[in-house]
Amino acid sequence: MPYLSLTEEEKKAMLGEIGVRSFDELIKDIPVSLRDPKISLPSSLSEPEVQDLISKLGRKNTSTKDALSFLGAGSYEHFIPAAALEIVGRQEFLTAYTPYQPEASQGTLQAIYEYQSLMTELTGLDVSNASHYDGATSLAEAALVALKHTDRPKLLVARSVHPHYRETMRTYLAGTPYKVEEFGFNEDGNFNREEFVAKLDATVAGVIFQTPNFLGLVEDLEGVSEKIHANGSLMILTSDPLSLGLFKSPGEWGADIAAGEGQPLGLSMMFGGPYLGYFVTTQALMRRIPGRLAGLTQDADGKRAFCLTLQAREQHIRRERAGSNICSNQALCALAACAYMTLLGKKGIHEIAEINWDRANYLRNKIAGLKNFEVDTMQPIFNEFRVKSKKSFAKIEEKLMAQDIFPGVALETFYPELKDQFLVCATETKSKEDLDRFVEALAQC
Amino acid sequence: MNFPENLRYTKTHEWIAVQGTKVKVGVTEYAQKEISDVVFVELPKAGQAVQQAKMAAVVESVKAAFDIYAPVSGTITDANKALEANPGLINHSPYADGWIFELELSNPSELNSLMTAAQYHEAVQQAPKH
Repeated sequence: MPYLSLTEEEKKAMLGEIGVRSFDELIKDIPVSLRDPKISLPSSLSEPEVQDLISKLGRKNTSTKDALSFLGAGSYEHFIPAAALEIVGRQEFLTAYTPYQPEASQGTLQAIYEYQSLMTELTGLDVSNASHYDGATSLAEAALVALKHTDRPKLLVARSVHPHYRETMRTYLAGTPYKVEEFGFNEDGNFNREEFVAKLDATVAGVIFQTPNFLGLVEDLEGVSEKIHANGSLMILTSDPLSLGLFKSPGEWGADIAAGEGQPLGLSMMFGGPYLGYFVTTQALMRRIPGRLAGLTQDADGKRAFCLTLQAREQHIRRERAGSNICSNQALCALAACAYMTLLGKKGIHEIAEINWDRANYLRNKIAGLKNFEVDTMQPIFNEFRVKSKKSFAKIEEKLMAQDIFPGVALETFYPELKDQFLVCATETKSKEDLDRFVEALAQC
Repeated sequence: MNFPENLRYTKTHEWIAVQGTKVKVGVTEYAQKEISDVVFVELPKAGQAVQQAKMAAVVESVKAAFDIYAPVSGTITDANKALEANPGLINHSPYADGWIFELELSNPSELNSLMTAAQYHEAVQQAPKH
């Protein structure tokens, strides 16, 4: 990128244009004491010294490769085939970044189009957008669609939806007249059906469920979409996309929108991002989809070509009347998901989902047999489940971390009443020996 | 360009056919040409209250979306459902099959603010050419 110089003459011309004599006059409203504060920084280092320092800092982290990690709660450790990483790393994709001149970016558009096609198949719905920044923002966008489409003021959200997603939604809606109401979950971890039905009134624009829910349970949503639709509301589902290789899809549950976190589809945990928000919906809501959409068309010579489509929805055309402020997408992460899904194929995704299910169930049964621990057993799980401990979880965590085992995520952080309960995740990355080692360590607690 | 004498017009290019206390609304031939091929129309719902000069519908072409304003205040009584399956009616038949919505007037004196065909014709003549 060229360095843009700013000569004294140019500065003078710019200041003159604004109508001030000097730079100091321009910033006269900033107190003098704040203008050039002393910042205490260490002295400069040479390049090898910087490398040493950064490596040393890096070694303070324990990666999931160096420890036995059972952490999940929205970010999951999965095996990613080398071929997927190779595709994502190709410079044609890696450096192209975003189709600012879309029609000249056929390769990028095709990759987005294929990602969209795969997502519609996985979720059992009609139209997918090119992706959002992460699951939380995607779900918040889905909430906005429901509010605008129904012209009603309230969202009804299961308390077993990821706490961070609910927080993001509240941030999105802060300062608007819209409201969020929640319904809880039962002792067994499933959503409270009576409370859901009681709160489903004529002001509800949309109802949001997560399955598998934050406690890892696959919700029984039988009859739920019928109730929601009879009330004139929309049903929004958020799911671990990999779980859809095994369990009913949002489309099969009758959902209007599937929105959530795409990280399990070939993105490593990466300290929490960049991730991938997926957003898929029905044809009826197509014109309310936020963000970018790639489409298949024909060029002037009748040849197959890709384009950005339905752009009249978007902010650069509709301005303040657009349904969303989102104009961009997470193209490289969507490409990673596209490569991952394509390499696995329909059968592969089903198999991976089955292995996850198998490992988590093996672990859950083993832990259920330990005298100081209890697990949920009422509903099926995918790759994650809740453990109730009779002893202090903080102590257990400390003890296991010393053995390079990350036992799970404390639920009390998110739900104060769930004291000494934690969320354990076991994906295909854990062997039977790994799981047995964990169970043994827990047995010593 | 055809601007029927029996209709009234707005400077935002809607036409209005007055039938007692009800008015039918569409866009003019000039407007449909400017909009180009219409691909989608977002219709108002019956029973919805609208205000003069405020948005009542949206007409979308391939590259842009245009707000359609209510020429007078009132309550929507009907919308042209045929446009959902065939939005191109606005291009092919702007004054007949391509009507957009119908409303019940709440303030008949607002009709006085609308233009005649001759006045609208003159306004269009003065519009900047592309």
